[in-house]
Amino acid sequence: MAISRRTTLSLRAVALLYLTLLLLLPVAVVFWRTFEHGAGTAWSFMTTPAAISALWLTILLAVIAVPLNTIFGVGAAMVLVRGKTPRAGKAILDALIDLPFVVSPVIVGLALILVYGQGGWFGHAFTSHGIQIIYAVPGMVIATVFVSLPFVVREVAPVLAEVGDEQEQAAATLGASPWQTFWRVTLPSIRWGVAYGVVLTTARALGEIGAVLVVSSNVAGSTLTLPLLIFQRDEQVGGQVTTSVYAAATELAVLSIGVLLLMTMFGSRTKEAR
Amino acid sequence: MRAGLGAGGLGLGIAMLYMSAFVLIPLASVVAKAVSSGLGKFWDSIDNALAIRALVITMSASLIVAAIGAVMGTLVAWILVRDTFKGKRFVGTLIDLPFALPTIVAGLTLIALYGPNSPVGIDLAFTRGAVIVALLFVTLPFVVRSVQPVLIELDREVEEAAASLGASNTTTFRRIVLPALRPAIFSGAALAFARSIGEFGSLALIAGKVQIASLVIYADIENGSPQAAAALSVMLMLVALVVLFILRTIGARVGH
Repeated sequence: MAISRRTTLSLRAVALLYLTLLLLLPVAVVFWRTFEHGAGTAWSFMTTPAAISALWLTILLAVIAVPLNTIFGVGAAMVLVRGKTPRAGKAILDALIDLPFVVSPVIVGLALILVYGQGGWFGHAFTSHGIQIIYAVPGMVIATVFVSLPFVVREVAPVLAEVGDEQEQAAATLGASPWQTFWRVTLPSIRWGVAYGVVLTTARALGEIGAVLVVSSNVAGSTLTLPLLIFQRDEQVGGQVTTSVYAAATELAVLSIGVLLLMTMFGSRTKEAR
Repeated sequence: MRAGLGAGGLGLGIAMLYMSAFVLIPLASVVAKAVSSGLGKFWDSIDNALAIRALVITMSASLIVAAIGAVMGTLVAWILVRDTFKGKRFVGTLIDLPFALPTIVAGLTLIALYGPNSPVGIDLAFTRGAVIVALLFVTLPFVVRSVQPVLIELDREVEEAAASLGASNTTTFRRIVLPALRPAIFSGAALAFARSIGEFGSLALIAGKVQIASLVIYADIENGSPQAAAALSVMLMLVALVVLFILRTIGARVGH
């Protein structure tokens, strides 16, 4: 199609205006509002004991959930793509893995209360041993694992299908054990897919609110993550958003934008590898 | 040849066990709770003004978001593939922002610009407009990222042939480009729809009294009525699963 200069320019203008109004300006205004009353004020809101504890808990949840879902994700992708098990079994697993993408986060929280909470299916089994899961950190970990579960599988499975299994067969013919083949042949060829999946998982784990909110006791200093801190500070000021809210949001945004930068780095390398 | 890792049934078994522990058993408990006091009670929880209203508002907002997202997402994908301009790489990176930015921050950014004390004098806070804008923000990457690769692969010779046979740009787009993109647009929009149906984080601060289903479920949990929360959850999951099923069917058809 030979598109006239005028059409090209107007299409470009509309698309860029849309992105500016929807993404760029709102994010810029949050940064501006954060530092409106000086960097010192913003910094003091970011470094209150509650904020520091929230930052560490946010990181802790990601540090537990991401490795678990990475190991599961690579394993499940191997089963789905390389597995010789019955098709029906694989088809069921394939369909179930997407569930966390379509279930509302608050439903995840509700589900965990109904299983591990007081009067829940397994609630008594844990509380009788003095282990509290709901309204405590363990429940928040399970919620984070749930919502960030599909990313690694969904990134790794297509890469695994794309690279094929000829090299793995060659390695096996030359006497390599399944483990050797996996570590020396399979994993190196899918590493960028794994890396991109890990970054997406991390982004989701750091930012999760709905599921974690429901199963947290929301006590500052012990069960607040950064997203929950933002939510709580917003409630305290009655929706009249103040610097305290914006400062916590900026703190979380800086953390996650760091993740975005990694994400584009890995993303472009994945494309090159393909 | 020896079997590779993951080839046996053991791998499948472990994967299913992991899924059961973290996902399936908890979700089963929601369904069990919803019908725990009999199907009659389940219907009573759904068949009331508040629940129906919440489902209708959520569905209609999600449909509007999917429709706007389909058009604007295709346009953004188009300029990213077919246009060249300064800062295109930056725009390409910007598209991923909603995936990286925590949803509560996404909601907050929209209050900052389009809420009370708005620097541009537009106050959408606590209205359906705010809900739609927030959902457009968080679902932006779906259509763009699904249309972009198809557009890159598209054979431009067919377009040139159409043009040389006298087709106008509009005709070429409608008859040649759009049919090729349609499955990708559709699956991207369906993902955006499914995501919108359950969205909570970006709406928590800005929806106010707009009765979005996920917010109603949250209120039910906080008010100590888990049965009502579970019943609405089951309805919401059914809607989402139907969308996912349609999406997978279309995806499978595109694969052929």
